[in-house]
Parts: sequence; structure tokens; C-alpha cells
Amino acid sequence: MPYIPHSDGDRKTMLAAIGVRSVEELFEDIPAHARFPELNLPPALSEMEVRWELEMLAGADFTTADGPCFLGAGAYHHFVPAVVDAFLRRGEFYTAYTPYQPEISQGTLQAIFEYQTMICALTGMEASNASHYDGATATAEAVITAINVHRLKRRKVVVSPFVHPEYRAVVRTYTQGMGLTVVGDENSEWARGTDRPGRLMRLTELLDRDTACLIVQYPDFLGRIEDLGSLAEAAHAVGALLVVVADPIALGLLKPPGQFGADVVVGDGQGMGAGLNFGGPYLGFFATRMEHVRRMAGRLVGQTVDAEGQRGFVLTLSTREQHIRREKATSNICTNQGLVALAAAIYMATLGRCGMRRVAELCYHKAHYARQRIGAINGFSVVEDADDGRTPVRYIRPFFKEFIVRCPRPVKEVNDYLLNEWEIIGGYDLGRDYAHLQGHMLLCVTEMNPREEIDMLVEALEEVAS
Amino acid sequence: MTEPLIYELSRPGRCAATLPDLDVPRAELPEGLVREDLPLPEVSEPDVVRHYTHLSQMNYGVDVGFYPLGSCTMKYNPKINEEMARLPGFVHLHPYQDEETAQGALCLMYHLQEFLKEIGGFAGISLQPAAGAHGELTGVLMMRAYHLDRGDAGRDVILVPDSAHGTNPATTSMSGLRVIEIPSDERGNVDRGALEAACQEHSGHLVGMMLTNPNTLGLFDEHLEEVTALVHQYGGLMYGDGANMNALLGIARPGDLGFDVLHYNLHKTFSTPHGGGGPGSGPVGASTRLADFLPGPVVAIDRGRSSDEGDFYTFVDLPRSIGRVKSFYGHFGILVRAYTYIRMLGAAGLRRVSEYAVLNANYLMSQIKGTYHVPYERICMHEFVCEGRFADAPDVRALDVAKRLIDYGYHPPTNYFPLIVHEALMIEPTETESKETLDGFAEALLRIADEAHTAPALLHEAPHRAPVRRLDEVRAAKDLILRWQPKQQ
Repeated sequence: MPYIPHSDGDRKTMLAAIGVRSVEELFEDIPAHARFPELNLPPALSEMEVRWELEMLAGADFTTADGPCFLGAGAYHHFVPAVVDAFLRRGEFYTAYTPYQPEISQGTLQAIFEYQTMICALTGMEASNASHYDGATATAEAVITAINVHRLKRRKVVVSPFVHPEYRAVVRTYTQGMGLTVVGDENSEWARGTDRPGRLMRLTELLDRDTACLIVQYPDFLGRIEDLGSLAEAAHAVGALLVVVADPIALGLLKPPGQFGADVVVGDGQGMGAGLNFGGPYLGFFATRMEHVRRMAGRLVGQTVDAEGQRGFVLTLSTREQHIRREKATSNICTNQGLVALAAAIYMATLGRCGMRRVAELCYHKAHYARQRIGAINGFSVVEDADDGRTPVRYIRPFFKEFIVRCPRPVKEVNDYLLNEWEIIGGYDLGRDYAHLQGHMLLCVTEMNPREEIDMLVEALEEVAS
Repeated sequence: MTEPLIYELSRPGRCAATLPDLDVPRAELPEGLVREDLPLPEVSEPDVVRHYTHLSQMNYGVDVGFYPLGSCTMKYNPKINEEMARLPGFVHLHPYQDEETAQGALCLMYHLQEFLKEIGGFAGISLQPAAGAHGELTGVLMMRAYHLDRGDAGRDVILVPDSAHGTNPATTSMSGLRVIEIPSDERGNVDRGALEAACQEHSGHLVGMMLTNPNTLGLFDEHLEEVTALVHQYGGLMYGDGANMNALLGIARPGDLGFDVLHYNLHKTFSTPHGGGGPGSGPVGASTRLADFLPGPVVAIDRGRSSDEGDFYTFVDLPRSIGRVKSFYGHFGILVRAYTYIRMLGAAGLRRVSEYAVLNANYLMSQIKGTYHVPYERICMHEFVCEGRFADAPDVRALDVAKRLIDYGYHPPTNYFPLIVHEALMIEPTETESKETLDGFAEALLRIADEAHTAPALLHEAPHRAPVRRLDEVRAAKDLILRWQPKQQ
């Protein structure tokens, strides 16, 4: 019997010790009509047969390992050093649970403490929790934190249309019972109106004394970066928090949101050691200032000493959490992303001060090279129109590793051509989310794209255009 | 035994990563947007490896030893699961790739949905929720949406038994609803009188009830169908907290017992690892009337694109969905592990899992119940709760017993939960533990009970044989050191 060690003799001895005659007798509290249903499942397989079946399924996929990938939009093809998985495979880490017993969980606890320290360093913040499920749920939890900071008195949330569309959707799902209004991204008028230099300043017109927080993304969903200082000032002028959704890989190069005055920095740490994995498990990170630490959700590791005065680590401020506070908790979160946070910690330690900067610069320069080359192809355009119907000006704005390309044919056709003729995984179709960006794709270039791949993409797109 | 922090190992100029040279022209960096400093550690690869090896040696997992942490189902995590989750065709798959290039992954998700429907007796499944509490939020929002969709807007009350996990009331609040707590009766069941009174008092306001069954005492409610019928009679829906599904595989289907919606914990019941606190996975199953409210996208077969050569799998959104609860489709890597487990076991194997989980719990209870008081003494399901206190050793608490177990080489049980038992020790052995392991653990508990009377200091000062001694949690909360900072010169 797979994974069950009992012999027949064991079973008999144990039943006798319990004082029942059969295993079935243990289940008499269950209504007889529903007891022991016949489950219609495929027959059990041996380990080798399972392996064959799964290998066949995995083999049916065409992945980023099979061809150049220029797809991003919130899930990124970054390199994972071998040391990361070497430790994710250690049973002492992955078969443990939440470190409720600190004396035999110092490995997990110290690793999280170090993770918290490195997330603070990256974001420019003072306190990080142990993780959330992903960037989207971390963003939703940031909204709840902001509401709690204002002691439930403010009911409005302003969100930029250039925050990841799925993150905005999750914010709405999470808050649907809370009686909040989420504004800023609700129609394409705003999207158009805000889509030009200083565009996010238009969002600030929505800020008022009922606003709990303003949420922006950095780089934004379209890859663009800008100074967030004036947004922070505008939010703070009405007493609202500035929540910044950030790409941690970009923070290897870019000024941290904390320096602009962000109050909460969240994001997805997937790029730091988690791999693509068809969308998960990823890593929601959450960092804030010490003044808000009692309003934040999630596990938190703190330093202390043991009975002999040695340094040690424990879960702390658990009076915020569901197992103590029940209906008054800051969140219901319990299990989070422990092992993925460990991966991110090992990634950050391995890359370190110089490596994180180098990865970010490789992404930046390669993306700029790709954009410049694609912009030179007849029929493709990488300059953005100020698409408000009046202003004939076009802009090139600073960006990090993703950029918009206007295609001469529908994005689906372009991507099909890239895949079928060149085995290239193309970009994200922005028409899915933005009415004014029909026919535009979002391309992503990372350290995983050597120059030859970029040149190949350019050649392929030239064919598309001709 | 202590290990320096990674920052304390840092020396300027070291780097454990190698990266390719830049092979394109440099672009101008964005003015005013470049950071001046990046205070991350600077260490070599051997530094990293020894550091995390040392940390792992200060950790206890199921691979190390017996881990009877009640309500967490710390069963053995099969190694084949890990191998399958690392297949290149899964690991390197981008979530926004064309569905045509992801048919293997989609096929796996579709069949896992079907398996979970069958195991729980449900009409629909969403694999999106990331953990148990996330599944709870999903389910409660679905119940709320169901009533609103019918134009029944005045409902805002969720009934929660006093034995429930803290996540149940916390979820209720997050959903903008009110919690009414229902007491347990003297046999550990939901108190039917109190339930009926609450249903009457909140008649017209009842969204439903959240019920863990078997409950956190490890007991199957003896009047379960009366409870579900009563809640339904008042227009409420039944939410099942599937944390304890390890008792029910092939034993009973929650959907057949009157539950309208339930979350599974793949990291408990279906052997996916707990990861030191996640990632878990909390798929939600729903009955016919709630299935349309599930978060999407879910995987369906596109008949139009299917052929004799095979089905074509596609993502669809459900018509009255509460909306997505996370980005993308769920913890796919965890789904692969759970799928592998179900394929290894089949229907008969799954039933054996629950049979032996229940056998092990009852056997262990039988070995210690004369010494440790079991307040609700009945045949239990996959776990049981006893008291970690002794009438004639009043200074000894459950915490002391738990910490002393560490010296005997075991992970302690859950303690101080459920709240309705004084000095609770909640013990869940799981089916993957042998009789010898259970006997060894029972013997340790009996010796500790002895020590509680003869040498209580041994317990108060435990653990003696752990990497660190008992830690000062009060000080951690008072000083609040949440990150390493360089010493001020």
C-alpha cells in the first residue's frame, strides 16, 4: 500500500487495543446512506506509470525552454541559480509547516527574518511580513491595511488603470463585501485621459478626504517608470496612503518606492527564484513603515533571545492574526508562501548587491535594444500616441524591461506567426484589457534573451510586416 | 547552536552569481530614477550553501520525524510528487501562453477538477484559491453572492461553532458579514438547541453556516444531517471547511451530506508539502446551485476544437462568478503534486488513507487516554484532543508537555486549540505513521506525565535538546526587531 506502513498484524492489534472488531466500525457516526461511496476514479498506477503519464502531459506543452520568450505581463522568465532549488529540495525545509514551535524551527524563522530584511532593503521600507499568496492578493491586503489604518472611516480606493488588470480584479473581489468604492480605472476614458506625460497626476484629482489609499504600479503594467514623489505628496495631502506595486527585479536598478514616500510596497516576487510554473505558486511580498506594522496582515518574524540569552527568532505580533483575534483579525491569512519566500531569500542572497543590479541592467539594456530595433521596422511602432483624440504629440517614456508595440496586424495573428513559423513565444495582447490599445502588444525582454534571440524576433517581425 | 545572519557573512565585493556579459549596446539610464545603493548581502556560493545547510539543520520536518500537529495533516510527502512538479514542460510554462501550447497542463487541471468533484460530491470546482483560508474567503463570498443574485439582500449572518478554526470568523469579517458563535454540546457536536435558536433569531439574515466536519475535536457530528437541514430550512447555505478531509476520502462525500460549498487543503489531505508555511492550495467545490459563482477561469473542454485525436482544453469564466481571487489560475505546481498523488492511489488507495488515518488516531488515543484526560471521549476520526494538564501537578501546562516532547525527538501537537478545551493538545498522527512510531510517541507522553510529577522542572525548562532553549516571545513583541540593521557606530 503506497505510503501506509501497516501490516495485517498491526491492524488487528490496533483494532483490539481500540476495542472494535473492524475498521468499518470506526465510521458509525456517518449517516449510513452516505457511508463508503464508490468513487469513480481511474485505477491506481505504479510510480513508473505515473511518471510516464505526467511526462507525456508535460511533454505536450511548448514552453519557454523550447523557444525564445518575449512574454511577461506579471510573470517573468528570469534565471534561477541552481543553489535555489538545491535548498527547496531539502526535506527539513519543505516538509515543515508554519514555525509554531520556534525551538525546532529556527531554520525557517531565521530564513524569513533574513527575507524580511532583504525585502526592506529592496523596497526601501522598514518592515516586511513573511509573504502573501501572490502580488494580486498582497495588493488586496494593502487595501485592507489602508482601510484599517483609517479605522474603517474612509471608504474609497483610487487605483491606476495601469496596475495589472488581474490585481485590480482581485482587489474588487476581496473588497466586494466591505462597502468600498474602487475608482480610477473603471472606464477607458480615464485610461485615455491618463495616458500621457504626467498622466498619473490625473488620478490625483480623484483623491479626497474619503480616500484610504492610492494604488499605482512601478514599473506600470505597460512597463513604464516615472517619479512617484508627486503622487506620494498628493496622497499624503489628503491623508491617504500611497500603495506601490513593484517588480522586485526592477528594484535592483530603480530608486526604491520607499524613497519616493510610499507607505506600502507590494508585488510579486516570482522573478526571484520561483520560475514560471504556469502561474503559480508565486510570492506576494508586502512591506510598510513601522507605524503601520500593527495594521498589516500575515506572519511576521521577530528577533528575541532564548532562556540562555542566545539570539533566536519567533513569530511575533500574532495578536493581529486570525488564530488569536478571530473575527477582529487584520486578515484571515494562515498558510502563506513560506517555501517561495525561502527561494526569494536564497535568490537575493546569491545575486546580492552587485548581482541584482546586473540582472536589472541586463533586462534594461536588452529591452531598450529590442525596442529600438523593433521601432525601426516599417509598420511597427513603439512610440505611444497621446490617444485622447486631440493631441497630435507622441511620446517615448522611460521604461524598464517591457514596452508597447503597435502591430500592423491583429496581435493574435502576429503571435501565431511567431509561434508557428519561428517557434517564438510572442507578447501579451493589450487589447484584452484596454480598448484604446487594440492592436498593441506588450513585449518583455529579460537577461534570458541573448542578442541572437532579439535579432531573431526582429527578423520574424520584419516578415510579419512585409 | 546559532548561525550568523547572511548579512553578518557579507564581505564587500563577493557575489555568488555569474551572469553573461552585456551583448547589446548600453542604453542611457533613466535620469533621477536610478537607486544609489542596494543594501543586500555580498557572499560567495559556498557561503550561501553552508548558511542554508546550517539553517536546514535547525529545522524539523516530516522527513525528520513524527509531526502530529493537529488539524494540519502532516503526512509523508511522496518524492515522486516533487519530481513531477519539476518536469520542464510544467516549470517553464508561462501562464499567458496560447492555450494550444499548454494542453498538457490544462489536461492535468481539468482532470484534477474532475477528481475533486468526484471525491467531494460536487458539481463544480475552482482550483484558483491558494490556501485553506483563501478557499474559505472564496466560499463565503460565493454564498453572499448567491443570496444577492436572488435579490435577497438582507442576509449578513454566518454561524460559526465555538470549536472552529480562527480563519472561519476572520473570513466572515473580511466578507463584510457578522459572526454568530454556536456552542458545542457535551458530546462535542453542534448544540442543536442553540443552533435552532440562532436560526430563529437571525431568520431572514442568515447567509449560512461554516462547519468543519469532522470538527476540530476530531469528531464527526452525530447529527450532521439535522444541522444541515436546519440551516437550509432557514434559507442558509452550508460551508464545509475541508481541513479535515483526511478522514473522509472514500468514506463520505460532503456534497452528499448537505454541504453546498467546501474547500480542500491539497497540502493536508493530498500530500503536497507544507513548505515551512506554504505554498498550499485550497480548491473550492460547489453544489449545482453555487457552481456558477466559482472564481474563474476554470478549465473546460472546448467541443468545437476537440477531435478524434483528443479533447481541446480551454479556460472559461463562469456566468455569475464572484471574480478572480488571485492572479492566473492557482498554485499549478501544487496541483501537479496532488494529481500525482491521486493517480498513485486511485479510489481504493484513497479510502485506505482515511481508514488508516482514523485507525492511527484511535489507537494512539487508546494508548494515552488513561493518563491524559480526553474531554470528549468517543470514537474519533483522524485526530483527537486531550488535556495537557494533571490534577496533581498544577504547575504543569500543555505548553510544558509540548516543549518536553521536543527533547524526546518529536514535533509537538497543536496546543491551546480548540479553545473550548483547557490546555488542549490536539494530536493528528496521519496514516503514514507506523504502529512503532505511535507506540514510541505514546511512551514518551506517558514518561512526560511521570516527569510532570517527579521532576516538573524538566518540563518547565524544556526543551533541553533543541538548537535553542525556550524563546522569549514577550520580548520579541515588545522590542519588535523585524529586520537586521547594521550596528550604529
